[in-house]
Amino acid sequence: MRRRQGGASASTKRVRMTFTTGEANILGATLPAPTARRQFSFAWLGVMPFLLFALLFLILPTMKIVVGSFQSNEGGFTLANIANLFQPSILAAYWISIKISVASALLGCFVGFLIAWAMVLGGLPGWLRSPILTFSGVASNFAGIPLAFAFLATFGRLGLVTLILRDWFDINIYGLGFNLLSFGGLTLTYLFFQIPLMILIVTPALDGLKREWREAALILGASGAQYWRMVALPILWPTLLGTFALLFANAFGAVATAYALTGSSLSIVPILLFAQIRGDVLQDPHLGYALAFGMIVVTGIANFVYIWFRTRSERWLK
Amino acid sequence: MKTNRFWSWLFLLLGVAYFVFPLIGTFEFSLKMRRGAYSFDAYRTVLTDPQFQATFGYSVTMALATIVMGVVLVVPPPFLFCTFSSLPSPPPTPPPFPSPPPFRSVIVFGYIRIYTPPSILPLTGTWWGTNLLLLFGYATLALPYMYRSVDTGLRSIDIATLTEAAQSLGAGWITIMTRVILPNVLVAVLSGAFLTFAIVIGEFTMAALLNRPAFGPYLQLIGANRAYEPAALAVIAFGITWLCMGLIQLVSRFSKLPNAGR
Repeated sequence: MRRRQGGASASTKRVRMTFTTGEANILGATLPAPTARRQFSFAWLGVMPFLLFALLFLILPTMKIVVGSFQSNEGGFTLANIANLFQPSILAAYWISIKISVASALLGCFVGFLIAWAMVLGGLPGWLRSPILTFSGVASNFAGIPLAFAFLATFGRLGLVTLILRDWFDINIYGLGFNLLSFGGLTLTYLFFQIPLMILIVTPALDGLKREWREAALILGASGAQYWRMVALPILWPTLLGTFALLFANAFGAVATAYALTGSSLSIVPILLFAQIRGDVLQDPHLGYALAFGMIVVTGIANFVYIWFRTRSERWLK
Repeated sequence: MKTNRFWSWLFLLLGVAYFVFPLIGTFEFSLKMRRGAYSFDAYRTVLTDPQFQATFGYSVTMALATIVMGVVLVVPPPFLFCTFSSLPSPPPTPPPFPSPPPFRSVIVFGYIRIYTPPSILPLTGTWWGTNLLLLFGYATLALPYMYRSVDTGLRSIDIATLTEAAQSLGAGWITIMTRVILPNVLVAVLSGAFLTFAIVIGEFTMAALLNRPAFGPYLQLIGANRAYEPAALAVIAFGITWLCMGLIQLVSRFSKLPNAGR
């Protein structure tokens, strides 16, 4: 007991001294660690596989791409690969990727926030919470090819919703210019995993809004809108922006859904890179490096923004 | 408060509509294979397809291997830091990873460039090597989830206090490990494992780029060539994801006991 309550440095020193004499008393009240040197090496031994793995299969491949995108075919330094990115077809691919990612992230944040708000603060019965969160867990992981199938079966030309709208309401959405294999269609599809992810992330933040803050604001004469504008939103702001960045990265890297939906008819960056690696389109491997490098930069920025805002928002989530 | 509740229900209903329609639509579509009547023909075709069985088996094997690998890689670091650290306070584990960088194609592109035959580690040269490389790729996907669940699992129990309490009662190291710490971490490991399973089973990008006969590329192939089978496969895939999440819920219910205060 004394050891845990006493001054930290003095007590740890004392413990170490006991152990260096070699009398690690397992059953007594002494701290359950072997000598200082041994526990250190044990910990490192355990971390080694992890570090080795990260080096070989995360860091080296990424480094290879970064280096390769600045190399010419002969191995010298060049900026030509990066410059090659700025050709109209590739720029268009980046542009539509970014547009889809921004749109689906914005909508996902907005709708997800509304649903989470309704669930946490909107006075819905409490038993709804658990099913909503479980479903969000499922749906946020239901990406990839099956998701594309589901949307084809629903909003495709013979899909359920398309047929219902046509037969019951006499609205032909394809006649109105809707196309699942387009900007709007992809955004609609991506929302299926974006909204649940937003719900999962923002719910703890909404839970963290203390009732006292609202009461204090109301006592001081604030209206509901003022409370949201001046108290709640500033607190939630880092969470919202961080989640936006996360959703952006999430959509930007999603290749399977897009590939299964559109084949290679819609050129977004992940599909372009995918086709390049498979050797379908571009012949220049270093352009592939540059494409991948561009994706690393964009997702890297988004992830950095997410982490940065996340650490800021965690202060309020205690 | 009345209007408040009205809006809540409205948002919820709109959300439910958006999420339920694709599921109903898919299910309904998958039943329409036989003209004029609902039937499970599409499911029968899919399930009896030998290619389905082969690819599905392959992906299940890969998922299990990924889980084992994730556990081996992820459990020791926070665990050893906790148990062998002489610091009385909770140990300084590294901060949780951000959500996985979703650039699977980028990572695999790097793999192909580094590990194709004229290299020190020519993994893509052999059948085993390529499978191993895919396994490593899957492990990078699983790591963040695994790490986070194990880390929260370890943080939610006060290891130092529990260990001291167990020692006061006369427990040795083996007893402490097997009866105090492992049961607590097991739940976290299991939820990480189920999540990993759900992710790996339908993974497409990595398997397709490494040209492995996994379930994801099979799905894509069917999607490009058939009409009703894809919907049936989507229903099956959704069922698997749902099952995994349900199992996570189930195991984490068991963990509610020791840390009910949270």
